[in-house]
Amino acid sequence: MVRLQVFQGERVSSTAVRSAAIPVVAVLLALLVGAAMILALGANPLDGYRALFIGAFGSRSALADSAVRAMPLLLVAVGICVAFRAKVINIGGEGQIIAGAILSTVVALSVGDLPAVLLIPLVLIMGMVGGGIWGAIPGAMKAYLGVNEILSTIMLNIVAVQIMNYLLRDPLIDPKEIEQGTRIPQTERLPETADLPILLEGTRLHLGVVVAVVAAVAGWAFLWRTTIGFRVRAVGHSPHAARYAGMSVPRMTMLALSLSGALCGLAGAALVFGSQSHRLITDGSAAGFTGSAGFNGIVAALFGGLHPLWAIPSSFLFGGLLVGANAMQRAIQIPSALVVALNGLVVVFVIASNRIRDNLRKRVVDG
Amino acid sequence: MTTQPENGPEAETNSGSTSASGTSVANTSVSGALLEMRGITKRFPGVLANDSVSFDVQGGEVHTLLGENGAGKSTLMKILFGMYSADAGEVLLEGRPVDVSSPSAAIEAGIGMIHQHFMLVPTLTVTENVALGLPHGVRPDLDVVRSRVGELSEQYGLAVDPDVYVWQLAVGERQRVEILKALYREIRLLVLDEPTAVLTPQEVDDFFVTLRALADDGRGLIFISHKLHEVMALSDRITVLRDGRVVGSTTPGETDRQELAEMMVGRQVKLASVQRQPADSSGESNPADLDYDARPANDARLVVTALDVAGDRDGVPPAVRGLSLEVAPGEILGVAGVSGNGQRELAEAIAGLRRPLTGSITLDGFELVGASPQRIRRSGLSFVPEERMRDGAIGDFSVSENLMLVDHGEPAHAVRGWLKLGALNKRAVDLVDRYQIKTPDVSTPTSSLSGGNIQKMIMARELSSGPSVLLAAQPTRGVDVGAAEYIHERLLAQRDEGTAVIVISEDLDEVLALADRIMVMFEGRVVGTVHRDRCTVEQLGLMMAGG
Ligand SMILES: Nc1ncnc2c1ncn2[C@@H]1O[C@H](COP(=O)(O)OP(=O)(O)OP(=O)(O)O)[C@@H](O)[C@H]1O
Ligand SMILES: [Mg+2]
Repeated sequence: MVRLQVFQGERVSSTAVRSAAIPVVAVLLALLVGAAMILALGANPLDGYRALFIGAFGSRSALADSAVRAMPLLLVAVGICVAFRAKVINIGGEGQIIAGAILSTVVALSVGDLPAVLLIPLVLIMGMVGGGIWGAIPGAMKAYLGVNEILSTIMLNIVAVQIMNYLLRDPLIDPKEIEQGTRIPQTERLPETADLPILLEGTRLHLGVVVAVVAAVAGWAFLWRTTIGFRVRAVGHSPHAARYAGMSVPRMTMLALSLSGALCGLAGAALVFGSQSHRLITDGSAAGFTGSAGFNGIVAALFGGLHPLWAIPSSFLFGGLLVGANAMQRAIQIPSALVVALNGLVVVFVIASNRIRDNLRKRVVDG
Repeated sequence: MTTQPENGPEAETNSGSTSASGTSVANTSVSGALLEMRGITKRFPGVLANDSVSFDVQGGEVHTLLGENGAGKSTLMKILFGMYSADAGEVLLEGRPVDVSSPSAAIEAGIGMIHQHFMLVPTLTVTENVALGLPHGVRPDLDVVRSRVGELSEQYGLAVDPDVYVWQLAVGERQRVEILKALYREIRLLVLDEPTAVLTPQEVDDFFVTLRALADDGRGLIFISHKLHEVMALSDRITVLRDGRVVGSTTPGETDRQELAEMMVGRQVKLASVQRQPADSSGESNPADLDYDARPANDARLVVTALDVAGDRDGVPPAVRGLSLEVAPGEILGVAGVSGNGQRELAEAIAGLRRPLTGSITLDGFELVGASPQRIRRSGLSFVPEERMRDGAIGDFSVSENLMLVDHGEPAHAVRGWLKLGALNKRAVDLVDRYQIKTPDVSTPTSSLSGGNIQKMIMARELSSGPSVLLAAQPTRGVDVGAAEYIHERLLAQRDEGTAVIVISEDLDEVLALADRIMVMFEGRVVGTVHRDRCTVEQLGLMMAGG
């Protein structure tokens, strides 16, 4: 939690001009250290990075893939921002993604083929409801019982995976899997009218990406333009003063975690209905379905200074790194897991440089 | 308290001459000064907080820094204590330049500072707090510390039990611990930034005796206060800051409160407390005639009946006991009394922040006991809390955000949940202007405002929300003379508009200047409620002591 606390003192308002140099320098430093690691593994870092960059951003379809990969990161990141503004730390993104995926899948399977204009909004909303409930539970536990949200959200991640595994092995399993005896834990193909439409011919860019960007803008507008968002921020900054001003601290805490969960749940629905297989599939782990978006989204949010709009470029960058990593692996036979280390390094450098900047400012401008 | 101490000959010769217009020539002969600050300049975004300020302190003197809210007093002191670094200028201790880059360096150099917000650890004892952070990891022998604390507190009249936990102490006692902490570190120069703001008049008297004793032992003291009578009583020298610049130095012997006020603001002012002197102390009314159960003239709007409220400590009688009061629209009820006699608990109970043990509180017949603070706010109560930094404002929020903290949901400020930022901003600009809140603009973070300006901002917010009942605790604490005057005017105007106003204040002058009726509290009970026009200061003093 050290990371998150570093940001607490920082004022990132919509109007504040952020120093753009810091993230750039942090990324460059991370790449430098990464290069040393590649060298140590006996490969050429320049070749590796070229492959990574081309794989991530080098073509229309590469860009589209990066955007698709960024979509869940962005939704989770916006959710993290909302929760964080109320001083709630949501580590439950994974569970909330799964909860959203499950509820939207169940609804899609049971309503059958409605026209797309109805079914797509319906499944996306059901994703938000599912994730929202999965966020509201720890939210209520924190607000009214004082249960630490970090522990409860992590716990609920595990619960969500187990529920998904159970559902996909029995009640929701594709009947064909039972007939053929293969028993792969996956649903049948979901109604075609629920498929998120492809926006760019010949790429994988689907509607979910647009939904995520809209959600980021909505998250910003909520926090800085609405009365409830204002209260959420007030409660996050000073529960005492908020209470004295006549706000309900527990209600805002619970609301923030529910909204955060809803955004993660939306990511879950978009992952299912934007997937290549158009099914919900499990490999037994959470990451198998979420691609660890529930955690990587936190990284993207931190890199974006916990501001929903800055989360857009930040998520796109991390999405690109994840996509490019596969290309790098093919080119120089370096495990793509190196990118996970790169992500970590970027965050470490961002936080370190924020510290350095704050210290500099203390000496030069004020205290 | 109105006695003017004679200045030592040393202070006299070094203070420079003060011309009638209130400006003086900068000191030229400061040789032998304990502290000398030369040409200190400090710029914040949009503000020149200190503009080549020169300032010196002799050993053995109390040198007061005087100035309006935002004049740059705290900034100068924070530079001295190593909390800010100056853009230009130098600091000399006993003639030698020192580099105070941090508070620990300042303490090492012999400089101590008593902040307005105490820096104590509540869960540790007095002795442990003093021992905390003693230099360089030597584990202090607590017995040694305890006996030294005992000696120091005896020597300087700083009565405090070394073994009691800090959270159990009243504000005045905590301040004594802060001073003991500084003394333990053998400081030669002590900075006191508005130390009397949290003290009762009685405590102030004792406190001044202590400060004088500290100075007599050769230490230099820098004192900051907005209360001119305190400044006149304690100071050897007075330096006035205005807009970050030194406008002059003088001594109590050469000046009066009127002239000081004019130096501070740079124009003619009328001192209200001078002309609107309260109750006749001629003793024309006879205590026997006094009605100790004065009732409001109109039907009451807020009625408190047989209220018991628990305090923070366990195992002691409730902080408020069997208290009843009534306030009617169009009157101000002043609650007087030495602080710590249940005023805070009473206020928090009315605001819904502390649940009473028994009793009832009704606003226009609606029962407030058990209602949430939001419900109570919505039914028309405005509340100015005593702890402005913790409860009254959000430091990370901008001035305009803090100004809309309470009423951002009103139809004038929001449509269907969307804030009307344009209108809110315009109103914020207007309030900043009317209450003369000194800030570069309304989007400035509140934490960078000076203490008095934050208080003005809170008052502006609470007064502008159109309350039907206004409950203000210490409404002018830390606020300069001119701003206090304006806040008083606004409180009276609010009363005239038909608001039922309760003003809780330790400052008897303030209560007398504002209240129609005065309720005196002692040990959680009402000693009596009297009409302002029919009582004397002596009678009130007697009541405050429990009689
Ligand atoms: N950390 C800061 N960042 C930006 N501006 C600041 C900061 N601290 C002080 N200022 C500004 O510097 C000016 C002087 O403030 P300072 O706190 O020194 O005033 P002061 O004389 O102590 O006033 P008061 O009587 O209200 O305590 C004010 O305009 C204030 O807004
Ligand atoms: Mg100050």
